[in-house]
Amino acid sequence: MLRALLGGIGVAGVAGPLGCFVIWRHMVYFGAALAHSALLGVALGLALGLPADLGIAVLCLSMALGFLVLDRSRLVTSDTLLGILAHGSLALGLLALALVEGLRVDLMSYLFGDILALDQIDLLVIYGLMALVLGVLLVYWRPLLSVTVDEDLARVEGLATGRLKFLFTILMAIVIAIGMKVVGILMVISLLIIPAATARRLAVSPEGMALAAASCGAVSVILGLLGSYWWDLPSGAAIVAAAAGLFLLSLGIPERLARLIIS
Amino acid sequence: MNIQTQPDEPISQVHGHATLVTAEGVAMSFAGRLILSGVDLAVNRGEIVTLIGLNGSGKSTLARILLGLLQPDAGRVWRAAQLRLGYVPQALTIDPALPLTVRRFLTLGGPVADDLMVSTLSEVGLSGSLGAQVAQLSGGELHRAMLARALLRRPDFLVLDEPMSGVDVAGQGQLYKLIETIRDTYNCGVLLISHDLHVVMAATDRVVCLNHHICCTGRPEAIVGDPEFRALFGAAVADQLALYHHHHDHAHDPDGGVVPLEMGLGVGRYEAGGHDGHAHD
Repeated sequence: MLRALLGGIGVAGVAGPLGCFVIWRHMVYFGAALAHSALLGVALGLALGLPADLGIAVLCLSMALGFLVLDRSRLVTSDTLLGILAHGSLALGLLALALVEGLRVDLMSYLFGDILALDQIDLLVIYGLMALVLGVLLVYWRPLLSVTVDEDLARVEGLATGRLKFLFTILMAIVIAIGMKVVGILMVISLLIIPAATARRLAVSPEGMALAAASCGAVSVILGLLGSYWWDLPSGAAIVAAAAGLFLLSLGIPERLARLIIS
Repeated sequence: MNIQTQPDEPISQVHGHATLVTAEGVAMSFAGRLILSGVDLAVNRGEIVTLIGLNGSGKSTLARILLGLLQPDAGRVWRAAQLRLGYVPQALTIDPALPLTVRRFLTLGGPVADDLMVSTLSEVGLSGSLGAQVAQLSGGELHRAMLARALLRRPDFLVLDEPMSGVDVAGQGQLYKLIETIRDTYNCGVLLISHDLHVVMAATDRVVCLNHHICCTGRPEAIVGDPEFRALFGAAVADQLALYHHHHDHAHDPDGGVVPLEMGLGVGRYEAGGHDGHAHD
């Protein structure tokens, strides 16, 4: 239980700030598509005798690059393409898992997360990678913000926007690969965007919103795990439900109270 | 503001000004449609060039090529070394979920001293809005905020894409005056994009009329008589063109002599088509 709490809070603390960018850059569906492709990564990793996490990370990255290449053709709009990639790769992942012989995979734990099964090595991996992501975010905060506000202006001012966008994609792939340990492939994107959306009401600056998103994510993890402990709820679903509940609550906060919280 | 020129760049002197940007034989097509072909254009320091043309004639594409935001399919573009670019795009959509004050917007490119931000904002007529949320600015205010962000970089080459859209006639006069003041204060080259053929300011040193190729170019007074211009836009339009004549009450030398008029909310004095001495305020 303590490991679950520590792991969940560690992931939420980074998913919140990164999720703010996902919202600002309108990349929600992109993130969901990356997550859906992870199952294929699990299958490929296991088939090749590699750790599943590595398979997930590699596949998420190749999906991201594949999307960037395919998106240039402009035959269909980006959201259609993402839909095809998301569900096509999810289907392929399910097929691959069924076809690889002698493989016994707990499909449910991948789809819906199994935070209670985190061991000490998982925790080390989570905190190591999350520290890395947070560090990169801090170092590149202003350039990333500039690219998010307007790419042309950022480029005219001398930023390497292509590289920054690629960097952001890598960060997303890492956080999604780790986040799915907590709430699973199908819900991992909610760990990024729901706390960030909740934080919007409580923030007047980008940094304030990132901090509030991290806090909202951590509170969601705590509430979800408590619910899971008391009422024997599935942990991943309980965490996401708690996050969604906080979002609804934030809509009900009166303007004056929101300002009070900010100050 | 020294512009160093790389060895492979032409050091040309046109009208006694250093050339900032040059395009030669630029061609560009999107999805099989030819947008630009054989375009030659140079912008010099201290010069205001107005690029006019119908919608879809390739004006913005050409500007983006000059800025280096697009690579042309053919032709060459030279930019003076260490050229500081300023760009005010036609529109900017900031996600309402992104809380961003004008102060943060202005410092996205790097830290800026507070008093410089305040003075630049008042220069463009946006005083007292440092703490305002960008998402709550009106279209015109956002344009001025973008102009302030461009000016804070002390640009050598300033590109303004349709700055007059959504501005009423009185405001357009003020905006033209502001652009002229900016050219004088910052001693930069200005490329102004406009689809409004009815109002071309006399302060423009050159009007370049674009219709996928450059169909004519010259002083604003001369261009309305150009046969290709009349063929493209119709003789009636050409005859109706109102040229805004500014009071040239100051010298165009880079330092001194220029008294920046109060702009934005202040009075923009100009004369419109024959109404000499008639000031709008």
